Parts: sequence; C-alpha cells; structure tokens
Amino acid sequence: MASSGSGYDLSSSTFSPDGRIFQIEYAAKAVENAGTALGLRCRDGVVLAVEKPLQNKMLVAKTTGRRIHTVDEHAGVAMTGFVSDGRQIVNRAREEASSYNETYGTKIPPQTLASRLSAYIHYFTLHGALRPFGCSTLVAAYDPATSKHSLHMVEPSGVSYEYFGAAAGRGRQPARTEMEKLAINPKTAGGTGEGGPDDNLITVAEGVKQLAKIIYTLHDESKDKPFELEMSWLCEGTEWKHAGVPRDVMEEAVTWAKKEIEEADEEESEEEDEEMEE
Amino acid sequence: MSYHHSQMMFSQPMPRQSMAEADAYTGKSAETRHLKPGEISTGTTIMAVQFDGGVILCADSRVSTGAYVANRASDKIAQLHDHIWCCRSGSAADTQALTDYVRHYLAQLAVETGRPPEVKVAAHLMRRLCYENKDNLMAGVIVGGWDPVSGGSVYSIPLGGACIPLPFAIGGSGSTFIYGLVDAEFRENMTKDEALALVKKAVSHAMARDGSSGGIIRTLVATEEGNEKDYVSGNQLPYGPAGW
Repeated sequence: MASSGSGYDLSSSTFSPDGRIFQIEYAAKAVENAGTALGLRCRDGVVLAVEKPLQNKMLVAKTTGRRIHTVDEHAGVAMTGFVSDGRQIVNRAREEASSYNETYGTKIPPQTLASRLSAYIHYFTLHGALRPFGCSTLVAAYDPATSKHSLHMVEPSGVSYEYFGAAAGRGRQPARTEMEKLAINPKTAGGTGEGGPDDNLITVAEGVKQLAKIIYTLHDESKDKPFELEMSWLCEGTEWKHAGVPRDVMEEAVTWAKKEIEEADEEESEEEDEEMEE
Repeated sequence: MSYHHSQMMFSQPMPRQSMAEADAYTGKSAETRHLKPGEISTGTTIMAVQFDGGVILCADSRVSTGAYVANRASDKIAQLHDHIWCCRSGSAADTQALTDYVRHYLAQLAVETGRPPEVKVAAHLMRRLCYENKDNLMAGVIVGGWDPVSGGSVYSIPLGGACIPLPFAIGGSGSTFIYGLVDAEFRENMTKDEALALVKKAVSHAMARDGSSGGIIRTLVATEEGNEKDYVSGNQLPYGPAGW
C-alpha cells in the first residue's frame, strides 16, 4: 500500500514525475492513523464527534487533550491527527474570526472561515522549510446573515469542501458508509414541505445518537486503545452557539448506541445459527 | 479683537464642531479658523431617513471656503456599494478619502464572501477609520442603504467616530436648525413619497437659515430594486425665498 517516494518525497516543494507531492500524502497518512472525527449537518444544527484514544491509564480524561474547540460564538472546530498541529489551526481560526469581527463588525461567514483556514493550511505545503499540517479540521458554523448552518472539512493539503456528513481519521471509510444511510442530504431526503429542503432531515438530537453509534461500532475492542468520546453541537437549541453536548445527553446516546450494537450483533448471530442448521 | 469675537458669537449661530481647536489654523477670518490653509469645507446639511422599503439620503449642495462658495452644485451623496451610500459633511478632502477607503474595503469583502455587504458592515468600516484617525480628521458621515439581511438602515457617524444606528439621522452645520422640525414630523414606516417630502422640507428649512448650506437639494432613494437619484433645483425648494 505504501508507495515508494524514491527521492521525490523529501520536500513538500518537490513534485514526483507522476504529479504528486508525497509530503502532503504522508501528512494525510498521519491523519488516517488517528482517532476518528465525524461531523453531521442536521436539520436544526451541526454535530461534531471525536474518538479520543486514551494513551494511558494515568490520563485525566474528559477535560484534557480536547479535540473540539470553540472558535467564536457561532463556530466550532474538531480536529484529528497531530493534535499539536491542530492547536495551531484552532488558534489561527480564532484570530481570523476575531479580526474579521473587529474589521467588519459582523461574525465571519462559515464559508469565509473555511477558506481562510484553507489558505493558511495550504501555505504550509509549499513554503520553504515548513512542513504540512498533519491534521484534518472539521468546521461547524452558523451564519447569522443567512440563518444557515454548515459543516466544512479542511484537509492537510489545504482543500476544503462543504459537507452534509464528514469523516476523518481511522474509521472514515466505514463511517462514511454509515452516514450515507442517514437522512442528511436534502436532495435525497425528499423534503420540500413548509420548512423547506431541510424538512426531512434528522435533528441534532438524533444526530448525536447516530454519531455515538458510529464511533462505537467502528471501535474494535481488541485492537484499539480504550477511548473517550468528545461531542459538541451548534444548533437551534443552543441558540446557535457552539457548545459541548451535555453529559447526560451523551450518556443517553452512548447507552442507546451500545444497545443498538448489541441487538445488531444478536441478529447477526441468529442469522448465522439459522444458516448453520441447514 | 474682542468686538470681532462677540460679533462672531451672534452672527455665527453655532460653535464649530471642531475637535482640533487647540492646534487650529489661527487665521484672520472666523469662518476659516478651523480649516487648514486653503482647505474647503462641506459646511452642510445632510439627512437620511428610513421608510417602508428602504432608505432616503438627502443633502444640500454648497461647498464653501470661508465666505466663498467653491462649488454651488456639488454631490455630497457618495456611493459605497451597489445599495449602500453615505452623506458627507465636514472637510471635503477628509470625507472623500474616507469614502474611497470604505468603497475599496467593501468591494474586496464582496468578492471574498460572494454576497452584497451589509449596511452595518459599511458603517462599521467607516467608523473604525473615523475613530482610529480622529486626531487628523474632521468628518461627520451618515451611512445609509439597503441590504437583504436588515432591509433599510441608517447609521450616524459624527466627529470622533461613534456609530449610532437610528431610524433617521441629520448632520452638518445646518442640521442644528431642524432638530425640532424633524423630531416633530418624522414617523416610522412612512411611504416613499412621505419620506421624500419630509427630507426636502427639512433640508430646505436648514438651507434657509444656515449660511454654509444652500444650492440644490439632492436626494437618493435606495431600495431592493435599485437606486433613484434626483434633485430639486434652487428655485423650487419647498421652503425658502422662492417658496414664500
């Protein structure tokens, strides 16, 4: 799987003969080996979730090593990969949001914040002695001017897109498969009722449960380290302010998720038993 | 000198709004004492009013250097963006420079965000510039316009750089004479014609009493549909020598 750079991978300012910059791809690898980060754009808000592997038993969990940060009242960021790189990005995002507000007197629009971070992260992929960020960043934000909420993800190469559902890190492939099953795409959810195209989408309450379930499903007890789940939301219920999902809501979601997974496992083993009888 | 001073107090109805009196140019003429040598001032009457559907900006057209009218038909209503305008009063050079800066920043912002900037943002930019450079500026500005987020809005930015959102605002040397009139006659949610009649009446009255205001009345109606520029010529003012 690992492609040989054979000399074209020593610097991020070198293209390979087939038009790749290996350093950027290696940076993406750093993200791929890290804990899963998920984002979901729901009808009434955006939910972010990160699987935080607990390095050792001495760690004070729940409050240190946060992977989700608030950038401004109306915007939050989740990261996975090199968390120290991620901190740098969070600081930059806060500066961008703050200076935009100071200059223009309004909150930075989500699209603008994402593209400023894009430009910043991209800068590190082609400038002299700098190395690319080994971190993918999910940006959840609300735009008071248009009353629209959105989710963006910025990758180590500097590309950023807007998503209905975004996943980065170890379990991103299966996570994407699971997310596609959810009603988060206005076009396919088929809503053009009174509420508009977002009508038939799931709510953040549902989104919290679904993301918890995805993270727990993806987590392999035998292979991966024990982990902690970190979640935040930005929704109508929080008056469009980015906040951590309350502990009781999270606990409920985790309990529900574990039950669902158990039931699904039971069904599977029942099916297997049936087959074997034949 | 003392006789000259008391004459100034009675014949010049209002004290100068100059913040830089301590280091003002101390020339012979009372009218130009606050100006730099040769500088021209838009001693002025400006006004902006919210109505149902947008905003109307209105201004006189006299630009004076002391007692000499440098331009009797100037345009004190400047465009900052598609639907955002501002009325200028104070030093003509200062307000033109400010307008140019704000126009530039707004254009850049519109390109970066891909949407028309809000009037609030234009007012904020103007106010930042006025506040940070208050020692070197003499500019009183009224920003008004229409945007999809807030509809029509008016912001008054007097000397010093405060930014005050208001349903209507008046400014310039002539405005002092019409505070009572506008307070009595303004109503929320007027129709366009009612609002036009009000601004023309108010500015006419100001022009009749303020020596630094005169000429024609220019009006600008800013709505979602677009902008309508118009003027009332000096011999057709609602109030004044021709109208008595």
